[in-house]
Amino acid sequence: MKTIISSSGNKLNSEFDLRFGRAAWFCLFDDETGKSIFFQNEHSEAQGGAGTKASEFVIEMEATKVISGDFGPKAKELLEKFKIQMVILDNAKTTIGEIVEKLAGK
Amino acid sequence: MPRRKRLRKVVAPPGFKGYKPYGTSGKVTGHVELLYEEYEAIKLVDYDGMNHLEASKLMGISRPTMARIYEEARKKIAKALVESKEIKTAFGNAWLDKSWYVCEQCHTKFNLPDNITQQACPLCSSFNINAITKTSK
Repeated sequence: MKTIISSSGNKLNSEFDLRFGRAAWFCLFDDETGKSIFFQNEHSEAQGGAGTKASEFVIEMEATKVISGDFGPKAKELLEKFKIQMVILDNAKTTIGEIVEKLAGK
Repeated sequence: MPRRKRLRKVVAPPGFKGYKPYGTSGKVTGHVELLYEEYEAIKLVDYDGMNHLEASKLMGISRPTMARIYEEARKKIAKALVESKEIKTAFGNAWLDKSWYVCEQCHTKFNLPDNITQQACPLCSSFNINAITKTSK
């Protein structure tokens, strides 16, 4: 099962990003292989539609779960439609590594 | 640009996809779309017997907006009855209250799409989860 986590950097010790569409990076974590890959978000500076673009990216990567701080109405609608689970964390101080550990630990 | 529509909180979606008239002499001509928030408005006001102010607070919108949605819902149902049209439900601008949960252990909020059968926290796998209601939101 693949999970997308919004991240502010491209390393496991980078801080988690509370924004979804405008996160600088996305971390793709696969709990079958235990690998995490980072992708730069090309639309983080976009004028509009960043949430939609980010949701499309998640669908393209065939992830089943997204972890972020909040989801806008458009992103929510799209993710709901594709039955992708949305997980809202409000702790910005946590790192990607810590989240990945929790996901892998089950 | 018009102001963005505030999402209306709907506690539970309607338990049906629609209503169809039967015994009509002619064929059924078209349908009306009843939005989730309109169904919710009818339910809160006419079924649960709330006044508009109470219902508006539950749905997270202002009283005038609530009254407008309610008005529209009645118009649609009346239209369907008189013109023997089908009633179909549509999502509208709703935010489903029941589909969001909070984990009591790590305070993560999440939804459970219907393809996920396990009722557990996606992060810490705790089973100590609760549906988010208007009081905890």
